[in-house]
Amino acid sequence: MESIKAKLAKIVGPDYVSDQPEERYLYAMDPGTMPPRKPDFVVLPENTAQVAAIVRLANMEKIPLVPMGAGLVLSGLTRALKGGIILDMKRMNRILEVNEISRYALVEAGASQGMLQAHLKKHHPGLKHSMPDAPPMATLAGNVLIHGSGHLSHAAGFHSDMLNGLEVVLPSGEIASLGSCAVSPAWFARAPLPDLAGLFLGWAGTTGIVTKLAIKLYPRYKYEDILIFVADKPETVPDILYRITGAQIAEDITAWMTPKPLWAKGFQHINITFAADSKEELIWKRNLLRAAVKPYLESKEAGFMPLPPPMKHRFLQVPASDLARFADIKKGGGFEYVGAIMPVDRFPRAYQEGLNIAERFQAAYSLGARIIGVNHCMMFFYAYAFNRADAADVERAQQALEATNTAVLAMGGIPWKAEEPAQKQILAKMNPQMLGLMNQVRAMLDPNGIMNPGNWEVN
Amino acid sequence: MEHAEILHRCFRCGYCKFPDNYVDLNCPAYLKFRFETYSPGGRMWLLRGLLKGDLQPSARMQEILFSCATCGNCVNHCTMTGFKDLLLEAFTAGKEMLVQAGKLPPPVRDYLTPLLEHGNPFKLPAKKRGAWAAGTAADLYSNQEYLLYIGDVGSYTDRGRAMALSVSELLGRLGVSFGILGAREISDGNDARAMGEKDLFEELARRNLDLFRSAGIQKVITLSPHGFHALKNGYAALGGELQVFHYTQILAKRINKAAFTTPEPPLKVCYHDPCYLGRHNQEYNAARKILFSLPGIQLVEMERHRQNALCCGGGGGNFFTDILGGGADAPARVRVREAAATGAQVLAVACPICANMFEDALKVEGLEDRMHVKDISEVVLERKISS
Ligand SMILES: Cc1cc2nc3c(=O)[nH]c(=O)nc-3n(C[C@H](O)[C@H](O)[C@H](O)COP(=O)(O)OP(=O)(O)OC[C@H]3O[C@@H](n4cnc5c(N)ncnc54)[C@H](O)[C@@H]3O)c2cc1C
Ligand code: SF4
Ligand code: SF4
Repeated sequence: MESIKAKLAKIVGPDYVSDQPEERYLYAMDPGTMPPRKPDFVVLPENTAQVAAIVRLANMEKIPLVPMGAGLVLSGLTRALKGGIILDMKRMNRILEVNEISRYALVEAGASQGMLQAHLKKHHPGLKHSMPDAPPMATLAGNVLIHGSGHLSHAAGFHSDMLNGLEVVLPSGEIASLGSCAVSPAWFARAPLPDLAGLFLGWAGTTGIVTKLAIKLYPRYKYEDILIFVADKPETVPDILYRITGAQIAEDITAWMTPKPLWAKGFQHINITFAADSKEELIWKRNLLRAAVKPYLESKEAGFMPLPPPMKHRFLQVPASDLARFADIKKGGGFEYVGAIMPVDRFPRAYQEGLNIAERFQAAYSLGARIIGVNHCMMFFYAYAFNRADAADVERAQQALEATNTAVLAMGGIPWKAEEPAQKQILAKMNPQMLGLMNQVRAMLDPNGIMNPGNWEVN
Repeated sequence: MEHAEILHRCFRCGYCKFPDNYVDLNCPAYLKFRFETYSPGGRMWLLRGLLKGDLQPSARMQEILFSCATCGNCVNHCTMTGFKDLLLEAFTAGKEMLVQAGKLPPPVRDYLTPLLEHGNPFKLPAKKRGAWAAGTAADLYSNQEYLLYIGDVGSYTDRGRAMALSVSELLGRLGVSFGILGAREISDGNDARAMGEKDLFEELARRNLDLFRSAGIQKVITLSPHGFHALKNGYAALGGELQVFHYTQILAKRINKAAFTTPEPPLKVCYHDPCYLGRHNQEYNAARKILFSLPGIQLVEMERHRQNALCCGGGGGNFFTDILGGGADAPARVRVREAAATGAQVLAVACPICANMFEDALKVEGLEDRMHVKDISEVVLERKISS
């Protein structure tokens, strides 16, 4: 009988399937704290037809399938919890279409954030997409599908809000187009049809494998600038954010709080980036932002930080590689964060909980919050660095993360891109009808339970 | 293993896979194979697994480690300032560990064994080394100002020999006083070192240094950036006190616009930065300065140039082992497609390995009608020098 490997090789070519110890070892882990889970195979498909053929094979053989982009989610979502095949999607990295006038880009699922950024800068200099601060290899699909956020999230919401449509290989192996592309050759919107894209957003690859997606693009202005507003009373921050977001001038608003460098300790810094087509407009926007926080400036309760040009330049870097460098602060190669989606009014408590947890676990920490929409919610992050070579330190970080997840849920927030144990915490709190519906949807789409099993599962 | 202490510090963030602007994959081994295992971060973690005993020096592990083209893109683009400079040293140390354990892919063995036995990897007699110079004005070294050091690929491949001829002719026409070693020349050992054969490298370096000392050689011009790197940096670490130049550096000093009086037809040229000249030794300007001095030349840049250049895939011994060859994603093929996209008629190179790699790739890509691979000295000689 033909082995599974031989069958996979027939689909993708022998060079792009591996069951070797080296690939099984490496793909068992991501850069975060979750323990390794080995796949049986790693496969690199090149097109949708190959993905569909792999899914049909997996269905016949009842082998789990784990879709993976860059594996940068940090919470272990691309580990093969129950073995099976990891589909590394990054060979499917073509940028298929950029529609200037309708401001959207159609890409294959493995296309990276960095490559789209470079492509737009070169060929469509008046357009950009909302980049996360994830390393540039992060895929557009991986990020949209987990409800990521980024440099235009204040202006335009979650990255999943910027999704116009999907091509997805269903667990049956059928290929579905969702959004306007289901009816029209153009990928301009998800409205006005029933919004089936939601069946694949936030599901951690448990409902299908996305092969193409279209995302919204936005104007790239000639001039950009950043202001950093600094407060030292966390209870003032929700109001400050309310005022700044109310101006609807900024593109991105992200707060950060770290104990190092020392000058930053104890303060809440709010980075406000904005852009304009002329210097006059930029000044005008800056003035409007300043006006928004006038009472604080007048009372001297909080104020803007002077920014020398090199510092400004660093803060305007997209993606901000400083974030990845947090992994090296203990010379240990690792960090993981809880990203908590929660209402902005929780900021003071969220901040205090972060300090408490870091203190309790003696964790090297960095805290922050990216504002999504016009103060509609925030992604509050609690990042803990760890030393990969020290098992006790990894465990300490794991415990800090778990305690953070518990605290977040207690505050009325929800851990984002939750690790397997955090998913269980969420499910335990979830309205039973929603949980029931989730299970029904999965049972209907994936009767053999081949799609990334172990995720969003009660047991 | 040397530098084992940095392995766990890799976050596997993947900045190292890219050039500055993220336009495309820039680690030639990852570009070709696409498994994370072949990426710089993958190598860091696999080496750690190997040291911990979680993995074995299997055939796959050997292929992965020896597929590194030592291009240095990861060193330039890793985001971790605390250890990035040591990345390539760690990868080479990993290969060294396999070499010491005798766990080598067959093509690596096929490279190293004849190098040890014949002083060159081609299994050819030493007397053939200087054959390219027969009938030319290039004399054997005897107290000229410079030694022109040709190296293995320049001496033993057709393309390399053509390049050696043209460089030596041009140096002569520009009045540079130089001699060659001919049959006495031995391998510079650069690629042996890159393959983890440190002992062999040191042995070759010592023999070369002795030879240079006994012949009174103090200044060396190399044909190949690989030789340039070995003699300039590797030999210096072993006590060598040579002044080492790549031939483009000498030409750049001697050539100026005044040397050309006649107007020439326009020629669109793009230049490929060789890794051992560019990223390893920060020499990005010499070749460009030469091209700028030439009448009629329009220099166009590829999207990836200078510290962002995509390696031809021939470094780290891959020219000999061909681990990175084959398929549309072979780095040399990707690179000639990128060069052709500039609309240039000439892909200018400054390394005999690049010249060989790209000529082959142009054929496979069917681009020979649109573009030619020329060494910098060949581009110069095709213009009329007045002196
Ligand atoms: C330093 C750093 C900074 C970060 N900053 C941000 C930030 O600012 N904003 C942000 O949103 N995130 C951020 N992240 C988190 C994360 O890296 C990104 O969200 C990233 O975009 C995830 O993409 P990926 O390709 O790595 O996805 P992966 O980790 O590969 O996958 C994510 C999930 O999507 C599923 N999946 C992937 N591809 C498919 C597919 N084709 N079909 C179906 N399911 C699929 C996977 O199974 C998994 O469940 C950051 C991470 C790091 C390390
Ligand atoms: S080598 Fe550097 S850039 Fe590459 S993955 Fe490791 S830490 Fe990141
Ligand atoms: S030196 Fe070049 S080929 Fe080797 S790992 Fe680094 S980027 Fe890849």
